[in-house]
Amino acid sequence: MNAPEPILANPAGACVDSRFTVPGIRCAGCIGKIERGLHDLPGVAAARVNFSAKRVAVSHSPDLASDQIIAALEKLGFEAERAEENPLARDDAETKRLVRALAVAGFGMMNIMLLSVSVWAGAQGISRDMFHWLSALIAVPVIAYSGRPFFASAAMALRYRRTNMDVPISIGVLLATGLSLYETATSGPHAYFDGAVMLLFFLLAGRVLDAVMRDRARSGISALLGRIGRGAAVVGADGSTTWLAADALEPGMVMLVAAGEALAADGEITEGRTTIDASMLTGESDPRAVSCGDEIHAGMINLGNPVRVRVTAAAGDTVLADIARLMDEAGQSRSRYVRIADRAARFYAPAVHSLAALSFAGWMIAGAGVHQALLIAVAVLIITCPCALGLAVPAAQVVAASALMKRGLLIKDGSALERLAEANHAVFDKTGTLTLGEPRPVLTDELDESGKAIALALAQGSRHPLSRGLARAIAQLGTQPATLDDLREIPGEGMRAHHAGVDVALLRPQTQAAGLAVDLVIGGKRHPIAFADPLRPDVAQTLAMLDRQGICSEILSGDRSAAVAPVARDLGLQGRGDLRPEDKLAYLDRLAASGERVLMVGDGLNDGPALAGAHVSIAPGGASDVSQQAADAVFVGENLQPVALAIGVARRTMRVVRENFVLAIGYNVLAVPLAIFGYVTPLIAAVAMSASSLIVVGNSLRLAGAARKEARQ
Amino acid sequence: MTVLAFLIPIALLMGLAGLAAFFWAMRGGQFEDLDGAANRILIEEEDEA
Repeated sequence: MNAPEPILANPAGACVDSRFTVPGIRCAGCIGKIERGLHDLPGVAAARVNFSAKRVAVSHSPDLASDQIIAALEKLGFEAERAEENPLARDDAETKRLVRALAVAGFGMMNIMLLSVSVWAGAQGISRDMFHWLSALIAVPVIAYSGRPFFASAAMALRYRRTNMDVPISIGVLLATGLSLYETATSGPHAYFDGAVMLLFFLLAGRVLDAVMRDRARSGISALLGRIGRGAAVVGADGSTTWLAADALEPGMVMLVAAGEALAADGEITEGRTTIDASMLTGESDPRAVSCGDEIHAGMINLGNPVRVRVTAAAGDTVLADIARLMDEAGQSRSRYVRIADRAARFYAPAVHSLAALSFAGWMIAGAGVHQALLIAVAVLIITCPCALGLAVPAAQVVAASALMKRGLLIKDGSALERLAEANHAVFDKTGTLTLGEPRPVLTDELDESGKAIALALAQGSRHPLSRGLARAIAQLGTQPATLDDLREIPGEGMRAHHAGVDVALLRPQTQAAGLAVDLVIGGKRHPIAFADPLRPDVAQTLAMLDRQGICSEILSGDRSAAVAPVARDLGLQGRGDLRPEDKLAYLDRLAASGERVLMVGDGLNDGPALAGAHVSIAPGGASDVSQQAADAVFVGENLQPVALAIGVARRTMRVVRENFVLAIGYNVLAVPLAIFGYVTPLIAAVAMSASSLIVVGNSLRLAGAARKEARQ
Repeated sequence: MTVLAFLIPIALLMGLAGLAAFFWAMRGGQFEDLDGAANRILIEEEDEA
């Protein structure tokens, strides 16, 4: 099953484990390639790919630096980032605890049911007592273990004098168990061990579904601030350069920034002229020309020539760090959102408790004994326990989330779906959101087939964004690359090679023309290739879909107003440009204050605060890591349609959740009178509980085709 | 009824064995990478042996 068995390179066993995020793992071939390739690296004891999490765990000797492993991965053709010390470990552990509790509850439920069936079938006297004692023997440890998540949460809520869904659950389970123990000890006819354990099982199933959905989406999103310059070469007084990490940089130092490098600190150019890509910060698509005296910021990428930059602000003082802080603050407001199940619990819990208390009091007044009245009160608690509420919401949301995942949209958690259904106003960023966010060549007929083949072969040799865009576009036409000799990349100039004895090259244009372009040179003749950042193919349809859903859209961009206006006009939307991150956030706050529920769709780091501050947010898969972290959902691929689908599916989900509530309440309306008048036996409770849970789950499964239905509309 | 003295412990033991197997598999990381396991079957084995 595995790639070749790892051989311990370091038999002493003193290995360290490192984890790397490798987003490019897509197929079985990638797994084999990475595991074999790393295995060949001296000092690596074992490498294991986790396909679902897009991670590689490497066990290696301590003298092998992680940078070397990243370099090896890059040589294999995969971009890699060192993953943080397992940032998801806490969530993983939480899910695992829930799954274990579910397994134990399932075991207990099956075995107790086995014994209960004999009791219901009419076991009498000593054998009934024995079955009850055996049930108690199984149930008490199972409830102690599996009930912990509920007991802990209920205790927490009570400590702060609040109530949540777990309070009635805990009280119901504990009362039922206590009373059943008493019944068992006094050879009574009814014990509710099966009911209590079954309740825990169904509720835990709901919790596990919720946790699994959260984990799956989170593992797809990689570490924070990954692509930003992690350090810089600093020029000393004697002219020598030393590499310093980003947090060791100080104002006044002079950095040497090579072509293709990301800046690690804010600064002012002291020597040289170049073009920089500021799209990370401003969302502006075109590279900007900068020279001596211009200020540039951390996160920008130097595309042209090497320059010297005097640091003006480093580490926590950079513009980038300001954005991170702004995002943190904006995200606070969202944590105040109360999920629908908790909102329901606010009414449900007091109602259930008073109903149980009333039936206890009623039977006491009617002259039944304490024991009889308590038995009936427990039956009421068990019957009304919110199985459906605990299962209905997560079941519907998980089904909807996996339907959306098949359509290319990753939802991070259930609350995101709830908020998505409420959205009534959409705000789009331009670059990278409405547009593809990467330069695509405008290929004309002027370039013949052999020219394309040569351009493809040249472009494939470079990681420059223009080369990658060119290579992808030509490869899509089905052109095969030409064979080249002596291919080399000349920094700041382009690619050069020989093809069939002729000099060929892919160079930057001689004149600084408007927009992006490269020149393809074949034997001294220059063919200019212009680049543009096209709109996503289905923007118009998606906006029309949103319009039908009653959502009005507009554009907020950090790009120049002059660049935003034509796009806005073409799409028939309102557009605003020249906005800084804080302007976007302020605009969203104004919208929120006027009662709009805003959906923010954006990709850049400059959208980060807006994504975190909006009622709900979606980021494209090509977005910066920070934006993916801040957004509630991520869509992949070139189409914008998943955004409109998400809203449609979220609304359907909420409709199903409401139906589930109605079903659950309808069941209670039927069953509670029976319980209050003392007709509910453990058998009826068990049947009613499973039936209502199954109905609710069945109703939720109807959402499986929801995304397909939405897409067809 | 004496048959119950055998059947019930057997049923319980089998259930416990299943539970233990599940815990063992979970601890061993069998459920860590479900998509990966599906893909690994497609990896070409190199004939080293």
